[in-house]
Amino acid sequence: MTRSTNTFDTLELKNVGRSFGGQNALVDLNLRVRAGEFIALLGPSGCGKSTALNCLAGLLPLTHGEILIDGKRIDVLPSEKRDFGMVFQNYALFPHLSVEKNIAFGLQMRNLPKAEVTRRVADGLALVKLQDQAKKRPGQLSGGQQQRVAIARAVVLEPRLVLMDEPLSNLDAKLRLEMRTEIRRLHQSLGLTTIYVTHDQEEALSLADRLVVLREGRVQQIGTPEQLHNNPTNWHVADFMGYRNIVDLEVESVVGDLARVTGRGISIMATLAQTAAVGDTVRLAIRPSDLVVTGPDTPSGRDAIQATVNVVEYQGREFAVEVTTTEGQNLYVHAYTALLPGSTVRLAVDPSRALVYRSSLDGVAAPRELSAVR
Amino acid sequence: MMTSATHTGSRARGSASLRHRLAERGVDTKLLLLVPAIVFALLLFVYPFAYGIGLTFQPLAATQEQWGGGFFANYVAFFKDAFIFDSVWITLRLALPAALFNVLVSIPIAFKLRSKFRGKRMLQTLLVLPITLGTVLTAQGLLIFAGRQGWLNRFLLENGIIDQPLQLVNNYLGVMLSLIISGFPFAYLLISSYLSGIDPSLEAAAKTLGANWKQRFRRITLPLLAPGLATTFILTFVLAFSVFPSARLVGDASGETRVLALMAYRAFSEQLDYSMASTIAIMMGVVELIVIAFVFLGRSFLYKGSTGGKG
Repeated sequence: MTRSTNTFDTLELKNVGRSFGGQNALVDLNLRVRAGEFIALLGPSGCGKSTALNCLAGLLPLTHGEILIDGKRIDVLPSEKRDFGMVFQNYALFPHLSVEKNIAFGLQMRNLPKAEVTRRVADGLALVKLQDQAKKRPGQLSGGQQQRVAIARAVVLEPRLVLMDEPLSNLDAKLRLEMRTEIRRLHQSLGLTTIYVTHDQEEALSLADRLVVLREGRVQQIGTPEQLHNNPTNWHVADFMGYRNIVDLEVESVVGDLARVTGRGISIMATLAQTAAVGDTVRLAIRPSDLVVTGPDTPSGRDAIQATVNVVEYQGREFAVEVTTTEGQNLYVHAYTALLPGSTVRLAVDPSRALVYRSSLDGVAAPRELSAVR
Repeated sequence: MMTSATHTGSRARGSASLRHRLAERGVDTKLLLLVPAIVFALLLFVYPFAYGIGLTFQPLAATQEQWGGGFFANYVAFFKDAFIFDSVWITLRLALPAALFNVLVSIPIAFKLRSKFRGKRMLQTLLVLPITLGTVLTAQGLLIFAGRQGWLNRFLLENGIIDQPLQLVNNYLGVMLSLIISGFPFAYLLISSYLSGIDPSLEAAAKTLGANWKQRFRRITLPLLAPGLATTFILTFVLAFSVFPSARLVGDASGETRVLALMAYRAFSEQLDYSMASTIAIMMGVVELIVIAFVFLGRSFLYKGSTGGKG
């Protein structure tokens, strides 16, 4: 299949917002997408990511803002004139049409000559390796195959933008991994600009060129997977990016970028991800894999956290361990040896991997940070 | 070796108790729950029905004399007596357009009422309300409203819009109106439930693939809805075909709306010819079955699987 000729330079979302009867589902979404980019909209359910996608697809009218392609407004166009391909969460395959006819549907709507429709359907089937299932109805296919039909149906049109709404959430774990690779491969070979909605951070990190993290309809952070993974802009993003230990502590002292934070049986040096003053209540975020078990025998440094092992889960290469500090704070740790429940351990963390955030989320994701990312 | 294997196999089967084996085929004590229903069906349907069929083969001596045919004299009379047979066409001429109209008009209304808007519940209630009225009340309402001395004619006459009162009842039109008033709510309720069974994301998908509303309706919604439309058509047709009270009350019982049900009633109550009445009743069923067979034949060419929605 050829690379889409029907492309554009930039897609721009300006202050896009949508409210439902006074409830804001999406507020001030600003995003500039370059042609060929893979963008993931990431957030918990109800964060507005699907609303954003439906607004883009034209299935929901905007209540604020505008969407521009190369400077031309497209949010006023009806869905069928936008020339976007969409993959739905439940696939939305036409149950009364064969796989072939499902894929041909969009091409026929464009009144293409019969020969071209046949050729492009064959290409589409080959792309998702479903040549043998062409005559079957969607109901006769497995979930993964249905998903591939849905993707083929959207991409045979060579749309200028592909929208995907949690396409993998109905698949089992193994198939999800396979399809993830498949989607990435398709994107690499076709170069179709894609906007992908998911609540799975791993999926977003592995697929996307850039991520947009949303919470309660507001953008929290926009950035590359590395930026989000290593430098979440607030504790919510950190929480979403796998910083499973989120603890409310107090700042004892501040030295440049570093601060000593104390409380709940913990007193460690950590990096200030957001500004904080001595005496402030802050949120400390640490990944389980960054907390190192040093054992009870090592001399007690000031930065060691003393804790009791609660639960040990075997996870193949490592153990996921839940421990409790002397003041009852639960922490999650990865260990490479089996720890005994009830035993005492010491934990240490590299100050650069322990991030300190303000407790409140208001006023975060300031435009300054966003433009810096752009 | 072979024989011993079969032997143990049959013994294994034999060791399961009879009750267990019956239960696997769905035969157990729960079946007793069916008894009341079966008794009712036998007493109130099977027996009278069989008795009625029996009656049709016991024609009156007068019928036999006039039409011949021995046991089948009633059937010969049914087909040869133009006065009776014409009523098949009269009934079909009422029931088919009424059913078709009810189905066709319900489709756009059911479509419109799918979305949420203020006053939707009120409108729905108004649409479905006629179900509760019953044909006699509907007929009376029609007479009072649309009769020669009805409100409508008086209003139009007094305002000089017309010189002669409109003939809206006591004819074909009157019965048709009554059939629509009583049949439409059924058609609407059925079609809107079929429609809600179609996953709305299918239409959204068609939209993103570039289909305009006409194409979406023709290519996606209609094919998925068609089996439901066929079923709805059959139900409203059967309702309309057995029309009796309104044919008498707001129709022209000896002319345009001399439907089969009226003919059967007349044979029974005026001519005291039970066997002819039964024959007409049985033939009503036969005509209905023929129409239903045609519709189902058409329906068998349609997609009938899941429509992805909640239905």
